[in-house]
Amino acid sequence: MTAPPALRALGPIDCDIHPPTPSVAELLPYLDDHWRDVMVSRGIDGLGLASYPPGAALSARPEWRGPDGTPGGDLALMRREALDPWGTRLAICHPLHGAAAMFSEDMGAALAAAVNDWIAAEWLDREPRLRASILVTGRSAELAVAEIERRAADPRFVQVLLLAGGETLLGRRTNWPIYAAAERLGLPVGIHAGSAYHHPITSVGWPSYVVEDYVDQATVFQHQLLSLIGEGVFTRFPNLRVVLIESGFTWLPAFLWRATKEWRALRSEVPWVDRSPAEIVREHVRITLQPADAPPAPGALARVIEQIAAPNLLLFSTDFPHWQWDGADVLPAGLPGDLLARIALENPFETYPRLKLPIRSTAWNEASAS
Amino acid sequence: MSEDVLERAQEGKTRLGIVDCDIHPMLRSQDALLPHLSRRWREELQTNGLRTKNPFVASYAVPKATPALSRRDSWPPAGGPPGSDLDFMRAQHLDPYGIETGILQVLIPSGKDQRNPAFGAALCAALNDWQVAAWTEPERRLKASITIPAEDPEASVAEIERCAAKPDFVSIFISTRTTEPLGRKRYWPIFAAAVRHGVPLGIHTGGSNGVAKTPAGWPSFYFEDHFADALAMQPLLASLVLEGVFEAFPELKVVMIEGGFGWAPALGWRLDQHWARMRSEVPHVKYPPSQYIRRNVWFATQPVEEPPEPGDLRSLIDWIGWDRMVFASDYPHWDMDDPRRALKLSLDEAETRALFRDNARAAYGLA
Repeated sequence: MTAPPALRALGPIDCDIHPPTPSVAELLPYLDDHWRDVMVSRGIDGLGLASYPPGAALSARPEWRGPDGTPGGDLALMRREALDPWGTRLAICHPLHGAAAMFSEDMGAALAAAVNDWIAAEWLDREPRLRASILVTGRSAELAVAEIERRAADPRFVQVLLLAGGETLLGRRTNWPIYAAAERLGLPVGIHAGSAYHHPITSVGWPSYVVEDYVDQATVFQHQLLSLIGEGVFTRFPNLRVVLIESGFTWLPAFLWRATKEWRALRSEVPWVDRSPAEIVREHVRITLQPADAPPAPGALARVIEQIAAPNLLLFSTDFPHWQWDGADVLPAGLPGDLLARIALENPFETYPRLKLPIRSTAWNEASAS
Repeated sequence: MSEDVLERAQEGKTRLGIVDCDIHPMLRSQDALLPHLSRRWREELQTNGLRTKNPFVASYAVPKATPALSRRDSWPPAGGPPGSDLDFMRAQHLDPYGIETGILQVLIPSGKDQRNPAFGAALCAALNDWQVAAWTEPERRLKASITIPAEDPEASVAEIERCAAKPDFVSIFISTRTTEPLGRKRYWPIFAAAVRHGVPLGIHTGGSNGVAKTPAGWPSFYFEDHFADALAMQPLLASLVLEGVFEAFPELKVVMIEGGFGWAPALGWRLDQHWARMRSEVPHVKYPPSQYIRRNVWFATQPVEEPPEPGDLRSLIDWIGWDRMVFASDYPHWDMDDPRRALKLSLDEAETRALFRDNARAAYGLA
């Protein structure tokens, strides 16, 4: 794999990378006696998110699987295939774990905390280029906030992670304590593709195929974005940043045209939406690069980016180990070269203020100092 | 159809007759259905009434923006709700815009969405007979769409067989929100019947299926609800393509009504990209999904897209195909499009004829 030299020279920040989903056995050391007992005595396991069937082409490029087929393999594979080739300076890990989908809010919160501890110990402590998002239960804002506050002391956690297809529309007031905490602590809220499947992922029922489910994920993001706008989240939390992760972005121009048209006609219903949705999105929303879902016609991708008219919007991502691109084509054909430095570095630094924080007193730091 | 209806002179200019693919007729009152129902179903309507998967007796789940969802000036002076008075529809809509053909889409009441399926089927039949008696027979410019109890494909096919041979009917109406994605095999008998009779399937936004209106539950506002209806078009179309409906029924014509069309190219790009990687899962889909969309699907214009740059509107239609866009007004609803002003785009004469008349004539097989 030969990285585009311009990208490598920048030393990009990869804003979406996936460590393998930990088994419950791997999480046991990070659970307390009660939950360890619950997990073992009830034989609970297999909590990876079903939106990503481990064997599906979506879930890992063929060469990005471990010897047993595990998507993403291990840290050595991640270093070799995802971090080293691009000269990546920092990469943000998103565990695709079902803690966010667990119906019991207590069990979900306990598992989310364990996953966060596991990421810190098994990944962040061992690889200084890695950062992580804070996994939280999707059923209780109160418990989610408790986990966010517990994690916030560790500057290597740079974002709150929510599932696109979660329990409720994210704009609803029940979720606002999460946004209050995120805004206060300088954490963007990342919304990742995938569903808890507490609802069908479309309003016309359950799609049959993995490919169909994944294509439909783009509309899940559109419903969520509209909810965040319509409920006035960005009016109430003016410093909040939301990152759509693995959402695609070529649907955004048509979304903004329609959302703006709806707002012009119906704004008296939502008077707290005090600017057009297009303005709100350009200020508050960021989107990771992959999957690019780029149009094939020459010049068409550049036109989509002009239509979005938000040079801050895109954040570089490989989406490792998901199979979104082939060879070394992490940059979609037709991506305007003059945006590269923004996408690869400036936008991530601007979006994630914690990426600039010094990292002290961590195991890897102490180890490398000794 | 006579020349003088097709092209009439107004203000010294030759005027193009328009095919409007989305006009909503309303019952003056529920009693208008009684002559078309059997005694049993008259009793059902008069005792239990209309029952859908909706919390309220007689309101939409999310209240709409305006009374009766309609333009405030569309209430007929002679009484009755908007869309219920043929003379007023002629005076307010058909005549001034020069509508040569208006295609009726009955949204309310919905036979498909009734909790009692047998009543739903009877309601569909009654609505079809009412469309003929109240609209298409007295006004030859109007054509009907066959409303069907789509969740019961056998009953749907029977209703299509009963109606399709009559020249009054030019399409089959299904609202977007079916209980399963529409591409599923259980709905295929409907597609077979549509192909057999050479009538397009008009898929109109809306309906209620008991499933939350978004993948994360119910939205709070009509601002979201209205947009959510349009967004439902995307998974619906993905389902038709990925289940192989257009492979099995290459002649099937689908018209997507009131969902806009700005989303279509991006859906095509995304479908093509992920199909290329995961096509072994859907071996029955032999070509890139966007090819089926461009071959089998027509898009109605309303609510028309409004990109700030008119060139972007043109690019959308370039992708979909200038022979695949049909005009729709959505009269008398609040968000209807005026054919004179809707498309903020300068069209040449051939494009105008295609969009406002000829594409719909071809899609619906109109004279």
